[in-house]
Amino acid sequence: MSQSEQAQIDTLLKNDYEAGFYTSVESDTLPPGLDEDVIRFISNKKGEPDWMLEWRLEAYRGWLEMVEPEWAHVRYPKVDFQALSYFSAPKSMADKPKSLDEVDPELLRTYEKLGIPLHEQEMLAGVAVDAVFDSVSVGTTFRAKLFEAGVIFCSISEAVHEYPELVKKYLGSVVPRKDNFYAALNSAVFSDGSFVYIPKGVRCPMELSTYFRINEAKTGQFERTLIVAEEGSHVSYLEGCTAPMRDENQLHAAVVELVALDNAQIKYSTVQNWYPGDKEGKGGIYNFVTKRGVCHDSAKISWTQVETGSAVTWKYPSVVLRGDNSVGEFYSVALTNNHQQADTGTKMIHMGKNTRSTIISKGISAGQSQNAYRGLVRMSQRAEGARNYTQCDSLLIGDRCGAHTFPYIESRNPSAVVEHEATTSKVSEDQLYLCQQRGLDAEKAVSLIVNGFCKEVFKELPMEFAVEAGKLLEVSLEGSVG
Amino acid sequence: MLSVKELRASVGDKEILKGLSLEVKAGEVHAIMGPNGSGKSTLGHVLAGRENYQAIGGSVEFDGKNLLDMDTEERAREGLFLAFQYPVEIPGVSNMEFLKTAVDAVRAHRGQEAIDSVQFMKLAREKCKAVNLDDQFLKRGVNEGFSGGEKKRNELMQMMLLEPKLCIMDETDSGLDIDALQVVAEGVNAMRNEDRAIVLVTHYQRLLDFIKPDFVHVLSGGRIIKSGDHSLALELEEKGYGWITKEVA
Ligand SMILES: Nc1ncnc2c1ncn2[C@@H]1O[C@H](COP(=O)(O)OP(=O)(O)OP(=O)(O)O)[C@@H](O)[C@H]1O
Ligand SMILES: [Mg+2]
Repeated sequence: MSQSEQAQIDTLLKNDYEAGFYTSVESDTLPPGLDEDVIRFISNKKGEPDWMLEWRLEAYRGWLEMVEPEWAHVRYPKVDFQALSYFSAPKSMADKPKSLDEVDPELLRTYEKLGIPLHEQEMLAGVAVDAVFDSVSVGTTFRAKLFEAGVIFCSISEAVHEYPELVKKYLGSVVPRKDNFYAALNSAVFSDGSFVYIPKGVRCPMELSTYFRINEAKTGQFERTLIVAEEGSHVSYLEGCTAPMRDENQLHAAVVELVALDNAQIKYSTVQNWYPGDKEGKGGIYNFVTKRGVCHDSAKISWTQVETGSAVTWKYPSVVLRGDNSVGEFYSVALTNNHQQADTGTKMIHMGKNTRSTIISKGISAGQSQNAYRGLVRMSQRAEGARNYTQCDSLLIGDRCGAHTFPYIESRNPSAVVEHEATTSKVSEDQLYLCQQRGLDAEKAVSLIVNGFCKEVFKELPMEFAVEAGKLLEVSLEGSVG
Repeated sequence: MLSVKELRASVGDKEILKGLSLEVKAGEVHAIMGPNGSGKSTLGHVLAGRENYQAIGGSVEFDGKNLLDMDTEERAREGLFLAFQYPVEIPGVSNMEFLKTAVDAVRAHRGQEAIDSVQFMKLAREKCKAVNLDDQFLKRGVNEGFSGGEKKRNELMQMMLLEPKLCIMDETDSGLDIDALQVVAEGVNAMRNEDRAIVLVTHYQRLLDFIKPDFVHVLSGGRIIKSGDHSLALELEEKGYGWITKEVA
């Protein structure tokens, strides 16, 4: 096909779907359904270059051949992918609640308990906040500071335009497009997400957080995040906000890729509190996320997650320890209450010599929830002297919930050492009694006990996050006793 | 302060207390002695409001209120403290955090603000010293890995910080070495005042040499079968319980 022919086809196509979606363009929301045209529409809407569109289409074609995984210890009605809408521009100011008075009082009560300031409550609840109030000014000051250091922190859509070479080189390099069902879907339709690039030898001067980009963070349920840390650089990234975001959509399928080049360090912290559904288990987010990082020589990647939200969570932040002497860490608290289900854990793939990994997982189940840890530690043939330490603790509150542990260990190198410890305990009546006899009510007592149980993970979180995570547990545990 | 009348109580479906009466006034120290399994700890738990410890008859008044109507935590906030015979561990929750949360809960109940952290730290260190525990114990998990004697001193430390009206101490002297016994006794004596009442459950007259009780009671078969003054404890030390149970029977 000649270039002019191609251009012609492009124009045709463009016309075609512009016409086809005429009404929806106005409302900026696509009708439900997914096909190649939808992907072209999304790509076009974002003004993407051809290579990006091709990349998406390739992912889509791969996805069509794939089947939804069913091995996780979760049960949920099947998602009808044709019933979802794959593009929805941010709500216009006119659609948003005008003031906090129009926001669900239950949601506000939660915010209050979390101690979130009024102005932030407005942002989180999606209240039409006056432009002066918006994070614009904050945004500009921190951007300047980052720019000085040479750090790039922008939305992935911006990065596609501004830094195409970096995006081309690294997007899909850690999580290939056809890695798994949801990753393929995400690759085809991702709406937005963050891009971070830390140049060689630079220590990022501040914690980077999606919170600063709160508007963009709301863009959709198919986020795509890519973090590249050049040789010897350091970065700490915080994801998510500690307040529940109501989302009319049911499926959240994000992909996060981390690249830590030689001697680089990436610390990635998540506090996930998507809507878990109501007490009867109605509604809530399906959180099917693929997170993976690659460590080159002597690099370190550390995942810390506090997962309290979502109706169903399916998530295994992993580290591929490709380089010698590299280090992977996974610290996790996963709490499920009512009818929530979580199947979460990690994969540590040891390829380099003397690689080390640590896994600390704390699962808390309350109500009628199901909480599973699933972890893979693989020592490849080349992983001379590699070590892993896994500690996996489960805490049960009440007797209608479940905790499950599925550790998978594959070792092809006899010099590699894998240690695994697991415990299951209950919040005992004696402990509750001790607390109550000292004046604490049952809920406070449970939250105190649970916080103590999670201590090893919380101390890995940045300070402010640790405090909020503690409060979040308290809120999430509401109604789990008595 | 505490008025127990003909109290009957069961644990699960087993009746343990069978018509127990006890009057404790502010400023008094009472010692309760009695054979193993006679119901001493049960009495403490029923008063404190432990789950499955059901009062099935009689009445208990605490500071003019019906104690049996109150929740466990409410009783604690109203100033009833039970030093446990077997203190449990709460791993990962620092003693400091636990104590501050407890003190703040009591303060909130009294309409006071949460205590300032720095001030609380100072206070807690002081109390540690008073019971001869190193500051390190404030950082450690509640009773986590504490020795038997350390746990008992930790109970006393909590009692000192919470400043309850009624202190029920269930065998706080058991398992203490001779020096620690002295320390605990001094701690308890320091807490004696006209507004506070103390109920000591003990097997050993030795403790009562250090803490002179106003009354000594013998609990047996779920009832108080004999009361007297300090001399009763001395008599028990010499003769055991047999003669009283026979006397009553
Ligand atoms: N959960 C329970 N179920 C059945 N019986 C119980 C239960 N708890 C306590 N008991 C019984 O109640 C009786 C009184 O126990 P309690 O602990 O009050 O004795 P005590 O006087 O404190 O004894 P000690 O001097 O050994 O501490 C005992 O016979 C004990 O076995
Ligand atoms: Mg006892």
